[in-house]
Amino acid sequence: MDNTTMPDNTLRIEGELTIYTAAAIKQRLDQLLGQSAELEIELSQVSEMDTAGLQLLILAKRECLARSGSLKLVGHSQPVREIMDLCNMANYFGDPVVIPGNAG
Amino acid sequence: MDMDQVLQTFIAEARELLQDMEDRLLQIDSLQGEEFTDAVNAIFRAAHTIKGSAGLFSLENIVGFTHVLESVLDRVRSGEQQVTPALVSLLLQCKDHVGSKIDLLAGVGDRTAQEVHDHDVRLLEQLAEFESPGTTPATASAKAVATTGPHAEAQVEVESIGGGMVGSDNWHISLHFGRDVLRNGMDPLSFFRYLGTIGQIVSMEVAFDEMPVAAEMDPESCYMSYEINFKSEADKASIESAFEFVQDDCRIRIMPPHSLVADFVDLIGSLSKEEQRIGQMLVRCGTLTERELAMVLEIQAQAAGGGGAAGDSRPPLGQIIVEQGLVQPAVVEAALEKQQQQRKTKTKQQQSVRVDADKLDHLINLIGELVIAGAGVNIVLQRSRMTQLMEATSTMNRLIEEVRDTTLQLRMTPIGEVFSRFPRVVRDVARELGKDIELKISGAESELDKSMVEKIGDPLMHLVRNSMDHGIEAPDKRLAAGKPAHGTVSLNAYHESGSIVIEVADDGGGLDAGRILQKAIEKGLVAADANLSPADIYQLILEPGFSTAEAVSNLSGRGVGMDVVKSNVEALRGTLDIESTPGQGTTMRICLPLTLAIIDGFQVGVGHSTFILPLDSVVECIELPPGSDAADYLNLRGEVLPFLRLRRLFAVAGEAPVRQNIVVVRFSGRKAGIAVDRLFGECQAVIKPLGCLFAGVSGISGSTILGNGEVALILDVAQLVNGAAAVGKGQPMPAVH
Repeated sequence: MDNTTMPDNTLRIEGELTIYTAAAIKQRLDQLLGQSAELEIELSQVSEMDTAGLQLLILAKRECLARSGSLKLVGHSQPVREIMDLCNMANYFGDPVVIPGNAG
Repeated sequence: MDMDQVLQTFIAEARELLQDMEDRLLQIDSLQGEEFTDAVNAIFRAAHTIKGSAGLFSLENIVGFTHVLESVLDRVRSGEQQVTPALVSLLLQCKDHVGSKIDLLAGVGDRTAQEVHDHDVRLLEQLAEFESPGTTPATASAKAVATTGPHAEAQVEVESIGGGMVGSDNWHISLHFGRDVLRNGMDPLSFFRYLGTIGQIVSMEVAFDEMPVAAEMDPESCYMSYEINFKSEADKASIESAFEFVQDDCRIRIMPPHSLVADFVDLIGSLSKEEQRIGQMLVRCGTLTERELAMVLEIQAQAAGGGGAAGDSRPPLGQIIVEQGLVQPAVVEAALEKQQQQRKTKTKQQQSVRVDADKLDHLINLIGELVIAGAGVNIVLQRSRMTQLMEATSTMNRLIEEVRDTTLQLRMTPIGEVFSRFPRVVRDVARELGKDIELKISGAESELDKSMVEKIGDPLMHLVRNSMDHGIEAPDKRLAAGKPAHGTVSLNAYHESGSIVIEVADDGGGLDAGRILQKAIEKGLVAADANLSPADIYQLILEPGFSTAEAVSNLSGRGVGMDVVKSNVEALRGTLDIESTPGQGTTMRICLPLTLAIIDGFQVGVGHSTFILPLDSVVECIELPPGSDAADYLNLRGEVLPFLRLRRLFAVAGEAPVRQNIVVVRFSGRKAGIAVDRLFGECQAVIKPLGCLFAGVSGISGSTILGNGEVALILDVAQLVNGAAAVGKGQPMPAVH
């Protein structure tokens, strides 16, 4: 799992965003949150996502809001869109998703 | 897909995971830092995945055992528990134990259920010592799980009749997952996907108020709860069965359409500190209208005000809690299948496809026919001299070659699959023998045919044990001989001339040629005055009736004798060579054909017959110097090259032409020449086995059909080289007629 960070507070997640990688990704997230409350998470390379992954995104969103910042999710990959739709969470994040979700 | 098939996949996957676990456990002593962490994580993950998958099949005894195993591993992972040799040994035993549970499940293996169960109890006791002192109850409960049968779990609370009803036509499902759901290998999402197959999730609301701030949040815990408005014709049992595997970890409420207001009062009351939000969620889900919510909240407020103990004195609006019995097995099965399917497609899709071996064989046969047909086209083409067509065909030929190579590659498996079981064997046997022995493996990526991989395991195992038992000396002897106290056994594999060579080498005392010869003479295997080279003497230990145990060392022999190894190898059309240096060690070399169904051949002609040599073995071609009619050897740039004449060997009719050619071939480090009339060049040859009538003919390994429909024999280079060497020594190779 290789999560490369671009300079401008972007967390780029590649591969799985699941229980197996959650701990590692959370570490990266904690670090970024320590630097800024304006985050962007790039999801186009996420190959798989589960509840643990969704939780992390929610955590990031909440932490950013709590610090009067904002979280932007960009480039939702197919697995991410699927989960967001299934859980009806796209509204919560409020980010534009390339293919509009069909809640339910 | 039927259940049995899914179970087989589980069994295969579990075995792979266990193998991985064993590999990692064996390395763990020597690892440090990040590599160590990786290994621990991989071991943990293997146990975790097996537990999760076993849970899907309600294999409670595997779940129970792996749960305890996992909690010990978790302590190792968090650094609370040191990795000691005792722990590694115990974990290896546990891995074996899970393996035997899997065997039991698969209906193989020689242990009875009772034996496995007894072993279970023993290992759990030992594991308990490594669990933290505070978690003894967990061990106890895990033991209880291990011994209870499937389906003996707690039941879900469900409500039904009486009182006023809400207007919604849909089911309402309220799920409040426990912290450990994700860690136990379950993903709530998979339940929703399953729900999607038995009905329609009209809407879903997710609550995560319980999630603590980032610093305290454990990414592997589950903080989510869900309220689902679900439209389905399914009965309650079917819906409930979707959640069977998380019943323990999860608070589940399933409310049928037109549920009672009281039920919602209860639901909202039961969920701590989120009442308002839950109420709103229910409205947003469409399960309740605003008016209904207001009513529910009012009733609840009354209840709370009416008495201190709200839980007990709630107005009895006639709700009856129905204790659901076991869910319908058919439904469980359907749920299992769905979930399993999704899981499998997710994990396996990118990695591999399992294909029926018969289909593969059929494909290889077809490619063989294609190659022959292609050769036929080439012959016609060369006569027709149509340049454009020739160009087009050459592209096609290249593609045929690629298709051929790729197809054959499909059957090839790295020999590492066999090698991987040896670290464990070496570790165990070394301990048994009281020797310190290290195993070095190289060339594990060399590939050979799948069927060979399966058959070579046992002979190799015997050779390795033999090397450890008889080859490597006791530590004090080694020190006295000026060698390091720990011995080394190395396994090496490499490709040579279309064969694969597997070496088992040790740095022990080597073979004592004198004692072997003496023993052989005593046993009457050779004449007392026989004049044998050391290599010939070493071969004697492969003779039936020659017990290496008595002759070479005092240690007892084990299992089969070396003669069985030899016959096993020969059954695979291979050879077994022994090389030994007194005081320095012994190398056993197994040489096997790759059993390629199609080879790149070099076509030569003698008289009217055509023969094929495997191209890999051909080194060069030279002209037979005139005047060497009588000799069996020639001078190749200062080297003596023994050669044999195919015309004489196979008694081909007709006179030899004035100019003959020598094809220089090499096999296992030795060179020899083969004298032929004509050289035709490279060709592709599809190996057709010879009938059993020709099984005894030496020098030929098979036949092939040429493009023009004629049959050509494929020469067995190994036998020819040995034969030529024998000719060179003055022992004529028997002619084949």
